[in-house]
Amino acid sequence: MAEVAAQRMGWDPPPRQGWVAPHIASEFPGLGIAWVEIDAKPGRSPEPVRRRLRDLSDRTYGSQAIRLRERPIPWAYRVFYRQIGLDPDRTRTPVEQLTLDRLHDGGFRSRGLPADALNIAIVETGVALRAFDADRLAGSLCIRDSAPGEGLPGGAPGELSGGTLTIADEERPIALLFGPTGEGYAVEQATRRIAIASVQVKGVPQIAVEEALWMAAATLESA
Amino acid sequence: MDGRGDSGVSLTTLLEMPALLRHEEFTGLGVGIDERQARLELRRQIGRLEAELASLFGEAFGHAEVPHRIGPVAVAPRVLDLGELEAVRDCLAERVAEARGALVERQRVEDENRELVEKMLAAPQDFKWVRISRQDLGLHGCGHWHSRPRLGPIGMLMGWWRVKVSSGCPLAGRLAAVDHEARFHS
Repeated sequence: MAEVAAQRMGWDPPPRQGWVAPHIASEFPGLGIAWVEIDAKPGRSPEPVRRRLRDLSDRTYGSQAIRLRERPIPWAYRVFYRQIGLDPDRTRTPVEQLTLDRLHDGGFRSRGLPADALNIAIVETGVALRAFDADRLAGSLCIRDSAPGEGLPGGAPGELSGGTLTIADEERPIALLFGPTGEGYAVEQATRRIAIASVQVKGVPQIAVEEALWMAAATLESA
Repeated sequence: MDGRGDSGVSLTTLLEMPALLRHEEFTGLGVGIDERQARLELRRQIGRLEAELASLFGEAFGHAEVPHRIGPVAVAPRVLDLGELEAVRDCLAERVAEARGALVERQRVEDENRELVEKMLAAPQDFKWVRISRQDLGLHGCGHWHSRPRLGPIGMLMGWWRVKVSSGCPLAGRLAAVDHEARFHS
């Protein structure tokens, strides 16, 4: 279904669907990960992207921020945060964090690419996105729990307690689910290919995920 | 069939008792303990309570202080066990109840203030210098009702009291127009 929708939008190749460890999937129906890879390098955002951020700032008000948690997609992420033991009022969901930053800073500040592309897509759709250095990824992305003794790259071995939910490639965990990215997997100056990954939870429609990926990818490609 | 007077049933029950004490044999007895289903149900309840709390938070914002925070259960994301999910569910239920209570209390105060304004308007001399703001009534804007004497000290001496209704803050549009006018003249 995702492939058909992607073809309809003219994506070639379509977004890739990652997998979720079966015992995690049985606990969290609707949990998923998908990603697209784009030839792009980090840098300053061009004027159209910065203009779009300004337009978004003009469309985002305090009253929306208060009511944000009642909207279906932000609510779905808040619920998922609760279900995995996080407090969404402390560890904010991506869209809530960006909205709070907008209120605090008086506007969405440009942080360069790919951050701006992701932020635009997150604010427009509410879907949680993150970027990785695609050349460092080994095979498919997945959501799984960490095995005893595993740690994030760059961190101390065994720093993750067993059962921690992570985003992993076929070799190792590369990031905490809704947490920090392991060293070497984040987008850096030397990155030439960027993977944009979306984490879907129950209550987030597939069409919103595809729209978010498409929006972020299109922004990056147009830059 | 309750098995009263049936020695066969009693015997069966006695034979099964030790097995009942061993969790792993529940399935063999046909009791069917499925913790996963219980966890899914708790997650569903957490979702419903979160929606309720979000709605109450939005409704109360700017009017009443609504307790909505519950601490994190884990330092890193993981699959919570039954007890932890129950704790999250119970905390959320508590917050929802507290939020509802806070809103009801706020509503009561606003109703009292509304009555007070009506009484003030009817008999201003009975409510000397009392001032009720629109916020006290749960209304937007920054106007207020103020019981004051007419003509200052003379009114005080003569007992000429009235309720003055302030027109509130100047509108942003008006201020913008003033700025524009000032720029035009300079």
